[in-house]
Amino acid sequence: MKFTTLVSATALAVASTAFVGAAQARDQVQVAGSSTVLPYASIVAEAFGENTDFPTPVVESGGSSAGLKRFCEGVGENTIDIANASRKIREKEIKACAEAGVKDIIEVRIGYDGIVFASQKTGPAFNAFQPADIFNALGAKVLKDGELVDNPYNNWAEFNADLPDVGIAAFIPGTKHGTREVFEEKVLAVGCEATGTLQAMIDSGMSEDDAEDACIDVRADGKSTDIDGDYTETLARIESNPNGIGVFGLAFYENNTDKLKVATMGDVAPSTETISSGEYPVSRPLFFYVKKAHIGVIPGLKEYAQFFIADEIAGPSSPLAQYGLVADPELAATQAAVAAEETMK
Amino acid sequence: MTDATQSPETGPAQTGAPVKSKSLYALDNLTRKRNAAEKRFKFYGLGAVLVGLFFLVVLATAIISEGIPAFTRTIVEVEFTLTQDQYDTAEKELFKTKAYEQFFIGALQKQLEESGMSVPVDAAAIERIVGKTGGTIREYFKANPGALGAPAEFELAASSRVDGYMNGRVTRVEMTDSRFLQASDLDIVDSLVEAGIIKTVFNWNFITGADSGVDNPGGAGIGASVVGSFFMMLVVLFLSLPIGVAASIYLEEFAPQNRFTDLIEVNISNLAAVPSIVFGILGLAVFIQFMHLPQSAPLVGGLVLTLMTLPTIIISTRASLKAVPPSIRDAALGVGASKMQSIFHHVLPLAMPGILTGTIIGLAQALGETAPLLLIGMVGFVARGYPDGVIAGFIDPNSAMPAQIYTWAARADYAFYEKAWGGIIVLLVFLLTMNILAVILRRRFERRW
Repeated sequence: MKFTTLVSATALAVASTAFVGAAQARDQVQVAGSSTVLPYASIVAEAFGENTDFPTPVVESGGSSAGLKRFCEGVGENTIDIANASRKIREKEIKACAEAGVKDIIEVRIGYDGIVFASQKTGPAFNAFQPADIFNALGAKVLKDGELVDNPYNNWAEFNADLPDVGIAAFIPGTKHGTREVFEEKVLAVGCEATGTLQAMIDSGMSEDDAEDACIDVRADGKSTDIDGDYTETLARIESNPNGIGVFGLAFYENNTDKLKVATMGDVAPSTETISSGEYPVSRPLFFYVKKAHIGVIPGLKEYAQFFIADEIAGPSSPLAQYGLVADPELAATQAAVAAEETMK
Repeated sequence: MTDATQSPETGPAQTGAPVKSKSLYALDNLTRKRNAAEKRFKFYGLGAVLVGLFFLVVLATAIISEGIPAFTRTIVEVEFTLTQDQYDTAEKELFKTKAYEQFFIGALQKQLEESGMSVPVDAAAIERIVGKTGGTIREYFKANPGALGAPAEFELAASSRVDGYMNGRVTRVEMTDSRFLQASDLDIVDSLVEAGIIKTVFNWNFITGADSGVDNPGGAGIGASVVGSFFMMLVVLFLSLPIGVAASIYLEEFAPQNRFTDLIEVNISNLAAVPSIVFGILGLAVFIQFMHLPQSAPLVGGLVLTLMTLPTIIISTRASLKAVPPSIRDAALGVGASKMQSIFHHVLPLAMPGILTGTIIGLAQALGETAPLLLIGMVGFVARGYPDGVIAGFIDPNSAMPAQIYTWAARADYAFYEKAWGGIIVLLVFLLTMNILAVILRRRFERRW
């Protein structure tokens, strides 16, 4: 009867599922983490597959925190080997890792990523940005005429006459992005200090920690929008809003120069050169973390890590630099550390 | 009311109830009103259909016009000789494909200079014009070592900007010089087009290929993830159809009516409304972390989607079992068939068209799902090549069509955005094929009573 065949086919499928699961030995490197590192990792993974006899690694996205969380789930074939991160691993995460048995972690810095402010190509030009301007535009509480007030500004020109006389509309990365942290630290916190708001907050009786936290609070009256998606979403918002200004990665901007106009920060235009020289202030290092216990178990893991940071791949005139990664001047030290499998202390 | 004033003798009586017209041919007010209401309703209905059609047309036009560029690609067609020495040198490098690319660019430059191009050509310009070629070249010569030293014909991908220039996305007016493309390169491209070296061809690679790195949109294809989706759908079909049908037959025909079966019924309906991401989390916890199934595998994706599809199939199967008239069952039982015989010989075949419809709706839903795949590792740079063999098809890491489209839509290079739209077309074609198959099957099973 037809039905019995169906039932037996199902039983067979279930049985083979269980069997296959038990017998499966993973032969490819499994990577997850930051969506900022993903493009670079996909370039390297493709080249690694083309240039070696190892299979092409699988690179998933999902964000730095999610990647590191999966990284710290434990040791074994059903856990990932490498976590990509657009920020340094936190103490808390190292501890969680150690508790799950992931004790030896190799930290690899692959280079730097610039964070740029860009607006619509045909819109007004933002050419005189300082971190203080961004802070004045987006901070929750700002200093106006010596008074600490809820952000009253509606217009860029209200606090800096060099900026265009248009309404404030900013699209910044949401809190789940590693980029947000850099934005808070390198722009908002710096601007907070430069405008004297930090000092005013401390003078008003706040503790220093509280004041620093208050500095990175973003106004919630709709002038600033958190983007939880990718840069493509930010781009779509900018395209429909001529006065909008968005936060992008350098590589993304460089791929879309026909749609976007970049804003200078501290009178420096962002480029791989100005970022590697340190002139452009808003950049951050990118990392990946390798599970040492998996080296020698998962074929090609160490080779992939070494391939990633080889001069030909991540150096100044490499495909990664070509795509927008700012090469790390201390790449040689990283190469040596990976070769020796030096773990984090 | 006008009628009433013109002929007071037939006007409404004191009670207010309308008096029927004497002639059957003359419509009274109430009938006229009802007819008007019916006419209005027909218009509303027609309007609703037209609005729906309008959106369909807008959607289809958008998808097709945005997606068409994905189906063409710009290639550089040249004859290229690689010597044994060059091969050996390149193989010694760490970044071998780059070395091949350099040899190719050098050879092309020489060839162009000899052919007396009117515009000056430098290696950097050629590097910007051709896409990533090293992989293709290395693969070819590794597979055919005998071809070394003799000229071989190559069709290599042009860079994504040149491709954009050819399909109208990049224009001379709007482009800005960047390290990806400069205005002077376009002069070279123009003369290469004239010489027949650069041309636009149908992009078979898009339909058959696998995903590529973000700097190589010319090499990206959706083929591997179509295979991934196919294997997932196999898992879903072979698990959810038998399980779903068996469960519904039991619940509908055999199960006693009590608290327990009521509870099951309520839960099945609830399960149908659970957001799909929840099934992804469940899949991660149960299939990967507990059962140790491989990550990023279509098998796991299929299992997760099975959970998601089951309620849909059970609900529609039960509905179509219920729709079979009781007289059929009674007749079967009356001539001495057992309950099981009456169900499998008479009720089930009659319910089959409805079951198939429910299954196809469930499968179509599962085919377009991305959220649960996010958590089991099928989104990202995953689809890297075809699985070798059927078992590998189930367990090798692969992506699925919607996941691939999602990944492409998020990439910086606009060429990938076109690929995403092209991917949608392929997804729709896949879906259409599935539906046509279902219609054919339904026709074959259809019986009248």
